[in-house]
Amino acid sequence: MALVNVTINGVQVQAENGALLIEVAKQNGIEIPAFCYYEGMSLQAACRMCLVEVEKAPKLMTGCTLPVAEGMVVRTESEPVVKARKTTLEFLLSNHPLDCPVCDKGGECELQDMTFKYGVGESRFTEIKQHVPEKQWSPVVFYDAPRCILCYRCVRVCDEGMGVGALGVSYRGVNAEIIPSNGDHLECDECGSCIDICPVGSLTSGTYRYKTRPWEMEHVGTICTHCSNGCKTTLGVRNNEIIRGNNRDKSGINGEFLCVKGRYAFDFTQHPERLQTPLIRNAAGELEEASWSRALKLVAEKFKALAGPDFGVIGSTRTTNEENYLLQKFARTALGTSSIDHHRTGDVVTLVDSLSGKTGQLAIAEDLYTTKAVLVVASDLSQQQPLLANKIRANFRHHKSAVYTVTPGPVREDKIARKAIRIPEVDSLAGVEQLRESLSKEAELVILFGDAIQGDKVRQLVAFGESLGIPVKYIALVDYANSRGALDMGVLPDLGPGYHATAPGRSLQQMLDDPDLSALWVVGANPLKGGKSLASPGAFVVVQDLFLTETAQRADVVLPAASAYEKNGTVTNVCGQVQRLKKGIETVGSKTDLAIIGLLARGMGVNLGKVDADAIFAEIAAKVPGYNQLPMPVILTGGAVQTHPVNGGVPPSSVPGIIASARDTLFTTGSLTRYSKILNEVLEKPGALYS
Amino acid sequence: MTFSPELEAKFADLVTHYPEGRQRAALIPMLMFGQDEVGSITPEFMLEVGKRLGLNAMQVDEVVGYYSMLHKKPMGKYHVQVCTNVACLLRGGAELYDHACHKLGLGHKEVSADGIISLEEVECIGACSWAPAIQVNYDFHHEVTTDQLDTILEDLKK
Amino acid sequence: MKLFNEPSPLETKIISFRFGLENSASIDTYLAHDGYKALRKALEITPDDIVNEVKTSNLRGRGGAGFPTGLKWSFVPRVSEKPKYIVVNADESEPGTCKDRLLIQNDPHQLIEGCLIGALAVGAKKGWIYIRGEYNYLIHIMDKAIAEAYKNGYLGKNICGTDFEFDLYTHTGAGAYECGEESALLESLEGKRGVPRIRPPFPAISGAFQSPTLLNNVETFSSVPAILRMGGQAYADLGVPRSGGTRLVCMSGHVNKPGVYEVPLGFPMMKFVNEIGGGVWNGRALKAIIPGGSSSPLLKAEECDIPMDYDAIAKAGSMLGSGGLMVMDETTDMVKVALRIMRFYQHESCGWCIPCREGTTWLKKMLQRVADGHGQTRDIDLIGDLAQNMMGRTFCPLGDAAAMPTIAIVKKYRNEFEEYVARNPFASPELVSIA
Repeated sequence: MALVNVTINGVQVQAENGALLIEVAKQNGIEIPAFCYYEGMSLQAACRMCLVEVEKAPKLMTGCTLPVAEGMVVRTESEPVVKARKTTLEFLLSNHPLDCPVCDKGGECELQDMTFKYGVGESRFTEIKQHVPEKQWSPVVFYDAPRCILCYRCVRVCDEGMGVGALGVSYRGVNAEIIPSNGDHLECDECGSCIDICPVGSLTSGTYRYKTRPWEMEHVGTICTHCSNGCKTTLGVRNNEIIRGNNRDKSGINGEFLCVKGRYAFDFTQHPERLQTPLIRNAAGELEEASWSRALKLVAEKFKALAGPDFGVIGSTRTTNEENYLLQKFARTALGTSSIDHHRTGDVVTLVDSLSGKTGQLAIAEDLYTTKAVLVVASDLSQQQPLLANKIRANFRHHKSAVYTVTPGPVREDKIARKAIRIPEVDSLAGVEQLRESLSKEAELVILFGDAIQGDKVRQLVAFGESLGIPVKYIALVDYANSRGALDMGVLPDLGPGYHATAPGRSLQQMLDDPDLSALWVVGANPLKGGKSLASPGAFVVVQDLFLTETAQRADVVLPAASAYEKNGTVTNVCGQVQRLKKGIETVGSKTDLAIIGLLARGMGVNLGKVDADAIFAEIAAKVPGYNQLPMPVILTGGAVQTHPVNGGVPPSSVPGIIASARDTLFTTGSLTRYSKILNEVLEKPGALYS
Repeated sequence: MTFSPELEAKFADLVTHYPEGRQRAALIPMLMFGQDEVGSITPEFMLEVGKRLGLNAMQVDEVVGYYSMLHKKPMGKYHVQVCTNVACLLRGGAELYDHACHKLGLGHKEVSADGIISLEEVECIGACSWAPAIQVNYDFHHEVTTDQLDTILEDLKK
Repeated sequence: MKLFNEPSPLETKIISFRFGLENSASIDTYLAHDGYKALRKALEITPDDIVNEVKTSNLRGRGGAGFPTGLKWSFVPRVSEKPKYIVVNADESEPGTCKDRLLIQNDPHQLIEGCLIGALAVGAKKGWIYIRGEYNYLIHIMDKAIAEAYKNGYLGKNICGTDFEFDLYTHTGAGAYECGEESALLESLEGKRGVPRIRPPFPAISGAFQSPTLLNNVETFSSVPAILRMGGQAYADLGVPRSGGTRLVCMSGHVNKPGVYEVPLGFPMMKFVNEIGGGVWNGRALKAIIPGGSSSPLLKAEECDIPMDYDAIAKAGSMLGSGGLMVMDETTDMVKVALRIMRFYQHESCGWCIPCREGTTWLKKMLQRVADGHGQTRDIDLIGDLAQNMMGRTFCPLGDAAAMPTIAIVKKYRNEFEEYVARNPFASPELVSIA
């Protein structure tokens, strides 16, 4: 695009012809204040804060709607501009309740900031303010109309950002206010984006309101522990309690996006049923509380005695890379078993193998925002992969990208899809075939596929992609925060770290089904969920978990574990992007899985080296193909780096394993969400995929 | 929800007036003409119109709340609207409205107990040169004196 | 149709000459009195010729803004992938204005013919007449006229035996002054809240249903057939330079013979009031005139000796606007007028932008307080100041429309506000700022 010369406050700058003045000013370090303007969303020109003086224009112009042109001369701080700003703020404050001392937003309110910076010091308003009572729209969303300045950010973020459209505007003039989707309440994703984006304290959060002041919290940037998308979340922590989750600094791969789980479902950490002490099954067959030293001693002794090929180990889709790496290393060396597996939710392994010899064909989250076309196969993306879905929506909105869906039922992406194929047998690839002609006309493509596409179907899908004659990238969708990491770390019965062949052992299901299993060590998983049982009656079962899950109830020893919000380490998201967890709160009674593994090793007299997250990550970086050459400064400062998995083919598996998504919805992710009070409150009806 | 055959025919005709795919344009006419039959903009009516035009309840509500002639609560069978805007004000519109208030015992947007008459102080209704003016439902009355207003109101009660 | 007021011999009847005829709204009457002759003429010339004729006529928009009509017509792109539309603004809501109502009531075919000529000029095949909800009876009149036009081959396909086709529909509003603003009207036409759009793009480029749209007031379209019949130059010559032709002026307020009268642009305002309107009523003296609807700043009696054309009134500090001329005699209470005007704009503010939404509300509350006898001296300055702070800063012209008359009244009749304040027993001396 052609560059033009624009003069802002006497300084000549160059800008893209037609770029919005407010953005051009920002890029040149000049703030043009605004409430309604929000980068990436549709223009409103409603708040009138961004009025600036443009030479030759008869009156002040809104910087948010003004495209720059050659020779434009703009003043953003001249006397008429400053006066207009002051008076607009005066008008705004005339009806705005000055209840800042009790308002949640106080301290991080844009209206406060603007008034501080641009406002007049005195109020000339002596009339009675318009008042209407506050409304509660959902367990988590409250709306206080008098505080509302009608910037319509919430309406837009819901409609344009989330694709939900659950907020509207009704009435008129001074009575105009925001209304929810369903009469007096909201029926929506409950993502809380509207609360987050509200520049004032009009929309407030049911979990946060009247609890604290922003400056009383510590703000800890870490990664959400729920789905596989790996959103950065900034935890607001006070007195060792997480009070809120948001990402207002727009850091991370998600910008400010968070779904309901990321925003609210941290409260499981405070659940009363959270395990605080180890439990040991006593002579009466009941689990009774025990000290850590007694429990660790017992487990170490038993492990030492039972070590061997019949020992089963189940790793986690939620613990860190370091923990999973250490777990498999411990199992394969100290415990002498190859029977190690985890709950696999997507066939990353076959995808990696199908792409052997090729580079740069694994997409990252950002690709979904920039690519020209996307094909979603067998996934209800908005329910299962909320960030990826959000990126696709934003891409469509900003770049008019092409979206194609092949799903067994209706999905939200259908609304923006160029073609939506409905096919009951999604794994047949017949639906994908129907799109061949359209897809081959696209300039590039990213294909995302769910668990229905596994094994040979993955190979067929990749063959299909490669036959289109255009650049294609892929994402094999998985469920949980570190599902991908567990695979990469080799928590698999026949593949070690980096998908290298190892001596084959039992798969997860084989362990459960084997009557001769001597012991089962479950670290952060719940394989007996849904009434499943263990075939080996005499197996010694050790479970590390936050709660007394179905599996923990079968355990001989239960060791209380720390959650992702209580530890450091790294996780790898669905796209293979490595990010760093940062400890938000201290644990009470429980220990991190890493610490537990280390203590058990010590109890068994096994030397695992230095057991701390940084040291083990260094070992991963040194030893795991794909994790070497990661730019550490990026990860350490909270960035995301894509791994480069093996590129020479994955050995064919001799162990039949099960790959099955848990088919979670937006409101669930296994046991963690069952223990989230808020999620259970906001869930009006059980969500369902493809509905 | 069912409507009279005449209204149904009108609705069916209305949606053909707008370009293909832009049938939402029929929303305000449907609400206006429907209100005349239904009596007010009821939640059920809003849902029905929304369903026909592919809009959800909130989208209809956004529009209903905006327009001053769309009433969520039923007005009287005879809705007496007295203009007090400048042109009428200059010729006694405010006094006429006060007179109507006292005569009917009603205030702005209030409905008589029997539901027959309601009163509203309205903005300019486009009868400025023949002020003061009132509208009873859609019927204009020009250059209305208080005596004439009495007669009009008496006739409505019959 | 019975006329609401007697015509005056001083009128120049160009677009209202059929008003008194029997069955003036019927197509038979229309055809018997030059009806659809202009259309036949338009069918014989090129679209550019039509636009040029309108340009020559110096016709300016009769809705209020007074934008040159021919120029507006020329903005509609000749070639467009999207269909082009005609939209008639019959949302007449400007206080003091009641002329479009008469044009539809008495001569609906004239409007249809105007639309047809507009459609020929820009290449539109479909149009809507957006009629304010309160004018329900006009929808029936208009629908009947449209049906007659279809029946007689003036609407639909093969109009007048040519390949020209045009469909025209009525569309009702539902009570919102803001919908008189053209982009808000288009939003409303599309079934949405009547909130104005960001402009550019203007309706000529992206209007109804995001297509190029020719949007004019009823009177503007109704003037077009006469222009084509008599020729643009002859029409222009009726008025003054830069303001061609005649227009309907709605006289209301304290005059002996209020009514809607058609006079040439440039007709002397005092002659209009005194000779056509029969002078100020009850033998009283003139105090002020609002010349063009309540948005236009009022003129004091001594400022009223001017011709009624766009430029002359603008020079006097007001606007010809929509032609709603309101006369006030010496007994008029200007505080009450200011309050009533602000109440109106506060009620009609759509709420989209801050200065208008909050400004009108604040001003209404203050004016109400002053009128109730609780005003303070500093309130008077503040009223003027707040109104000034709205000027030019709102999203659409409604903010200016509310501010301009207020500024004028406070400036010109400050003494009346002071009298109100003086009657307040609790009026306090000026407070000393603690800042």
